[in-house]
Amino acid sequence: MNFLSYAGKRLLQVIPALFGISVAVFTLVHLIPGDPADVLLGQTATPARTKILHHTLGIDRPILVQYFSFLNHLFHGSLGTSFYDRLSVTSLIAGRLQASAFLLVGGILLSILISLPLAVLAASKEGAVRDQAVRVIPIIGLGMPQVWIGIELILLLGLKVKLFPVSGFGETFLEHVRSVFLPSLSIAIGLSPILIRSLRASMLDILDADFVLTARSKGLSRARVTISHVLRNAIIASVTVLGVNIAYLIGSTVIVERVFAIPGTGSLMIDAIGRRDYPIVQGVTLFFAVAVVVVNLITDLIHAALDPRVSLG
Amino acid sequence: MKAKNFSFYFGIGLLSFIVLVAAFAPWLTHYDPIGQDLLHTLASPNSHHWLGTDNLGRDVLTRIIYGARIDLSIGVLAVLFPFILGTTLGLISGWRGGWFDAILMRIVDTTIAFPFYVLAIALVFVVGAGPKSIIIAISLVGWVAYCRIIRAAVLVAKELDYVHAAKLSGLPTGRILRRHILPNVISQAIVFSMSDIVLSILAIVSLGYLGLGVPIPTAEWGSMIQEGQAYILQQWWIPTIPGIMVVIVGFSLSLIGDGLVKRLNK
Repeated sequence: MNFLSYAGKRLLQVIPALFGISVAVFTLVHLIPGDPADVLLGQTATPARTKILHHTLGIDRPILVQYFSFLNHLFHGSLGTSFYDRLSVTSLIAGRLQASAFLLVGGILLSILISLPLAVLAASKEGAVRDQAVRVIPIIGLGMPQVWIGIELILLLGLKVKLFPVSGFGETFLEHVRSVFLPSLSIAIGLSPILIRSLRASMLDILDADFVLTARSKGLSRARVTISHVLRNAIIASVTVLGVNIAYLIGSTVIVERVFAIPGTGSLMIDAIGRRDYPIVQGVTLFFAVAVVVVNLITDLIHAALDPRVSLG
Repeated sequence: MKAKNFSFYFGIGLLSFIVLVAAFAPWLTHYDPIGQDLLHTLASPNSHHWLGTDNLGRDVLTRIIYGARIDLSIGVLAVLFPFILGTTLGLISGWRGGWFDAILMRIVDTTIAFPFYVLAIALVFVVGAGPKSIIIAISLVGWVAYCRIIRAAVLVAKELDYVHAAKLSGLPTGRILRRHILPNVISQAIVFSMSDIVLSILAIVSLGYLGLGVPIPTAEWGSMIQEGQAYILQQWWIPTIPGIMVVIVGFSLSLIGDGLVKRLNK
């Protein structure tokens, strides 16, 4: 099977996933016990608002009709209208994407910068003291709450040593980069325990591989083999591991945006919860799930294109 | 005692200590975890208040101890339900295959497409904040991992000779699943549940921080971190120590999990 037909097959697999996501997000509102309108509006409920909401949600119509109308809106790129400021949810999400993207990219870069050297260090001599030391990191690191890492970074690097801003996103590109540094570092510290574990295992496999042995037996220096043979493969491994953990990464941005008051998509969702603005919560949930499916698809395709050993069958 | 065993028992000892302190909280501290003392707010650690008091004059150590009750008990409950649900579905799915398996796996694919926190936050939003909602939200997401682990193990186990023998001897399916398959596949799920408890405590703490968890003023580590954030320059320990508690609980569960893996692999 060639790459194109693999890509086609992989694309087809996305359809049931997207269908499932649409059903799950649609079902969310129906999980609410009692009249969803009352619950959604909370203390802000008035008879007039409840009536409008019933109409907006369309809950007086048969459930299948509701679902198809929901799908119809989705196909037209509409995620509904915010209850609070009557703006389109799609444009609200689009407006917040930049900050989240900065955070996500920063988190990914710092995660690799932290995890890859440690994984290489550990795998370079299995069982040695350095390996043991690196293997302790996941045991301790997995239990660190992301919000807590963020707050400790604010205290140490933002308030005690005033190196980085502790909240907001800034105006210029450089300010953006400076602003997302600490939040990205929180994400990276939270993600690294998982990455180090998987990367160490991949590195051990790579170091064991025949081509590394061949390179060494040809007389290439240890450093040369590590850089040109092992590291290249390790980066492919990092892409895969990051792809697998993309859902976790996106989840982290939601939490960390809150800690650092970054005006991203996650903050949009949490603010909407405070205002009981259901269409935004629904829209962001759907958006993130679709993003995960798309990223997984892209990672698989990149992986298949880069690594000839991936079975395309 | 071997080093491996030492870390396993050290993990159990550490966790037991925290559980005992939490269980005997009323005997260990005479302060009320939610009782305010507005004359003694933000006190530094002293002989009356070992870890000082917070912005409402509540004893920080007392709140951390009572917080352990909430976070640990919800953490365990939030793993128990998905464990049972996921294991049962994984058993049936792996054993039966066919349409049941096909549909279930599509549901699994859909569930893992959602970032955990996003789905949990959305679910807590529709069901309403509070311990019950947290358990429902984590359960609705968490069963997937157990289902996949058990299903994969059942697919292997059902081809083994002793299972074929049990089938041929005419044992009813329910009995084969309970007596022959389950005991042989459950160990991986148990190992995973150790790190899953850590993940669920992290989720409770994060939801608590976001104001979507256990409602204030109940002592809970996440909301303590959130409330302490405003006073971090003067009283750094108020948000820091609840976080360290989570790390210690996570550390002990990791040691237990790793120890279990080594024991089961023997």
